[in-house]
Amino acid sequence: MLGSLALSLTIHLTLLLLFAPLLQGVITKTKALFAGRIGAPLLQPYYDLIRLMRKGFVFSRTTTWVFQAGPVVGLAVPLLASLLIPFGALTAPISFEGDLILFVYLFGLARFFTATAALDTGSSFEGMGAVREVTFSCLAEPTVLFTLLVLARLCGGLSLNALFGSHLLDAWHSEAGASLGLILVCLFVVLLVENSRIPFDDPNTHLELTMIHEVMVLDHSGPAFGMILYGASLKMMVMGAMVVRLAMPWQTGWWLSDALLFLAGLIAMAVFIGVIESIMARLRLPRVPQMLIGTSLVSIFALVLVLR
Amino acid sequence: MIWFVVGILLTALSGVPGLFYQRHGEGGERIACLLTLTGTGCALFAVVTTLISGNNMNLDLTWSIPGAALSLHLDPLAAVFLLPLFLVVATGSVYGLRYWSQREHPGNGRKLRLFYGLISSAMILLLTASNSVLFLVGWEIMALAGFFLITTEDHKEEVSRAGYIYLIATHTGTLALFGLFILLDRASGSLMFPASHTLSATGSTLIFLLGLLGFGMKAGLMPMHTWLPGAHAAAPSHASALLSGVMIKTGIYGLVRLTSFFTEIPVWWGWTILLLGAISGIMGVALALAQHDIKRLLAYHSVENIGIIAMGLGLALLGRSYHMPLLVALGLAGCLLHVINHGLFKSLLFLSAGSVIHAVGSREIDHFGGLLKRQPWTGVMFLGGAVAICALPPFNGFISEWLIYLAAFQPLKQPASTLGMAVLAAPALALIGGLALACFVKVFGITFLGEPRCEAAARTHEAPQLMLLPMAALLAACVWIGLLPTTVMPLLRNAVADWSLSSTTTLPANTFAPLGWVSLAGWLLLALLIIIGLWLHHRSRNAPHDVTTWGCGYRFPAPRMQYTASSFGDFLVQLFNFGLRSERHGGKVSGLFPPDTRFSSHTPDAILDRMLFPLFRGSAWCCRYLRSKIQNGTIAFYLLYFVLTIITLLTLFIL
Repeated sequence: MLGSLALSLTIHLTLLLLFAPLLQGVITKTKALFAGRIGAPLLQPYYDLIRLMRKGFVFSRTTTWVFQAGPVVGLAVPLLASLLIPFGALTAPISFEGDLILFVYLFGLARFFTATAALDTGSSFEGMGAVREVTFSCLAEPTVLFTLLVLARLCGGLSLNALFGSHLLDAWHSEAGASLGLILVCLFVVLLVENSRIPFDDPNTHLELTMIHEVMVLDHSGPAFGMILYGASLKMMVMGAMVVRLAMPWQTGWWLSDALLFLAGLIAMAVFIGVIESIMARLRLPRVPQMLIGTSLVSIFALVLVLR
Repeated sequence: MIWFVVGILLTALSGVPGLFYQRHGEGGERIACLLTLTGTGCALFAVVTTLISGNNMNLDLTWSIPGAALSLHLDPLAAVFLLPLFLVVATGSVYGLRYWSQREHPGNGRKLRLFYGLISSAMILLLTASNSVLFLVGWEIMALAGFFLITTEDHKEEVSRAGYIYLIATHTGTLALFGLFILLDRASGSLMFPASHTLSATGSTLIFLLGLLGFGMKAGLMPMHTWLPGAHAAAPSHASALLSGVMIKTGIYGLVRLTSFFTEIPVWWGWTILLLGAISGIMGVALALAQHDIKRLLAYHSVENIGIIAMGLGLALLGRSYHMPLLVALGLAGCLLHVINHGLFKSLLFLSAGSVIHAVGSREIDHFGGLLKRQPWTGVMFLGGAVAICALPPFNGFISEWLIYLAAFQPLKQPASTLGMAVLAAPALALIGGLALACFVKVFGITFLGEPRCEAAARTHEAPQLMLLPMAALLAACVWIGLLPTTVMPLLRNAVADWSLSSTTTLPANTFAPLGWVSLAGWLLLALLIIIGLWLHHRSRNAPHDVTTWGCGYRFPAPRMQYTASSFGDFLVQLFNFGLRSERHGGKVSGLFPPDTRFSSHTPDAILDRMLFPLFRGSAWCCRYLRSKIQNGTIAFYLLYFVLTIITLLTLFIL
């Protein structure tokens, strides 16, 4: 019991800590290839992190300890949340009835502190970013709950392990398959919103006015900024784990092949995100809430399909 | 029992000795605080010994009023409401020593303390009363003492107006309660409260509707919340804490107690309360987002949290209608725990907001800014309360909302019935949670972070220890429930069993077992945060701390360039404009070299300002019109009325 828990913890954390920044690298590479460039090396996010960790800090005189709390929470939350979510067929180390609510609210905690850290600088740009972040997230939250309701309806348990269990493969073939397809789209949209990707936010824009997430962390520097970047890539991997498991519910039965399958799924997802970023323009800001409400409606429809 | 009665009496009389002290003396307030602390201590002792012994406490004395009896009954359900009450009353009375000292407020300090003691004891009385007359006596003392607390500063026009609206609302509610208890008397045959599960639900529609009106009015459920924002903003902060943290819960207590009398619950009761709860929750928090007055904002959050509590109660009622013990247990446990939690964190927020208001001298959020540097401890307390009210782990708000979420997931097991629709409570809660988070990022960020927005905010200083200690006690209680939720579960389990079932045995044994895991996750999170935080602190200890914030190339940022409360709320307020109808004035820029412009936005209350006032104004106009037509001063008309009356009477007589 204890041995298997330790093994599962080790595999989970190793996968998470080692491979999370790779996804960013894959996305950037895909976009570069699409644009006909060679692009930065795949491992560039790792180099960036190492460089940032060696740097010093600069703090604005306006800031208080809350400014430093933002990166700390932003790193701790995905770490803890990763222990609740199954990575592909590898079950989560910590699992109990109702852990899905904890999972959702942990990210709320991270958002609270990222946004307050942004307001701590007293800059109106960062205030703008904080508003957009909390607004879009609170519109995305009902969608997440609708998708969780659909998944909970299909399995009968209330833990993430049960929700993303082995029954998903059969469920795809049953009449619930249409619902699963719909919530897969919804979850993917939520993933894009929460991780500030195009078409909702552009992490590479050159103008502070048009940013959402990036503008909130303008004033962070050195290792704190590294923690934010690392935390963001962990978050992307943890949320991506849901999408990947839903899209690829196969399992082999041996942990190593399961882990490889999971990583392959993640990389495929990253390539897909890169493709979307290459072929789509950013949405105008007022369009984003409309898009999110539309996604909520789609997820309601999915719920109605399984409830009837 | 004797301890309990002594506790009630001491609390009730705590303000009386102060009346005999001189206007500027400090003795009266100290005695009042001491008496309140002793009183709540005695009553707490009585409650705790009763809970440990496992029996319910009863006191029955005869009373010369017909149908009435001095009959007190203390069971786990009442204890759930009493325990936070004791803490809030005690901390508020200590806080008041410095916040509303007799020296600073010689005019109304004695009045405030007299009614503070009275309202506290009246609430203890009504929460344990098991006789309708005694309950109504406690209810009326509470309502009237509440009026005097709200109108402490009755020389201000805004305050007396809020008090007047409160008085109308509370008496409308009391009227409904009179009707309710008369009908209950008809149904059960005595003015004593019936034992739980004894009344049949047939013919009880009117009882439920009257209870919903009377108790819902006090609780502040959405269409009946009109008195709440103004009243809570007008009262002194520790009185607001008492009103918002404890008094409005007596309405919830009434609904819970009332529904416990019936053997079976009609399905539409649960749906009604669930729907009202969802509306209160979403509209309450949306209105809160649009406010600029920190106490009005917190008051709207009370409406929101009452909505969450009502959603828990509604789910539990549905569980009883559909015979799902797990749904009942989770829903009611979430409802009751949120009652405790909201009492704790809302009082904490009101007290720390009071400390800010005391220091700056304004309630406008846009006048604050940068207070975390000047009031570091007040800021920490407010932040703790804000994280708790947003239901974020590892604080207590998360535990109760987690229970309600779990309850909302239960109907999935019976999808074929109409009960399946109840799962929509979960996304509604998620929306409420997201909006509450946005709102508290705004309040905390604009108030405590950034640069001071006015002179007064720049010159503030930390609150005295006598104000900080009560807040620290409340914060400690919040953290305790958040990290060790299993310690309060036995009490909730007993209360749920009393309410829903005849014995504890039929409740599934492991209903609340996952809470151990939640607690573990909370500790893990705390450990992770401390480790990473200490590392970052250590790593950055020599970093320069004296540069200006990056202004995208602009070198001279000024405090008034910062985001304000209205600019922060604007995005979401625009989204909810269909229900809020925010008013915006000015802000138009014209020409190539625009002159100075001003912008202001204001969001009136959806029900009070948009519906009730026009309605009342309309009916008053109608009456005036009729009067001017009927009593027009022409003597011929009056003679005509005489003749018409006589003819009518004669016709009636002949028939």
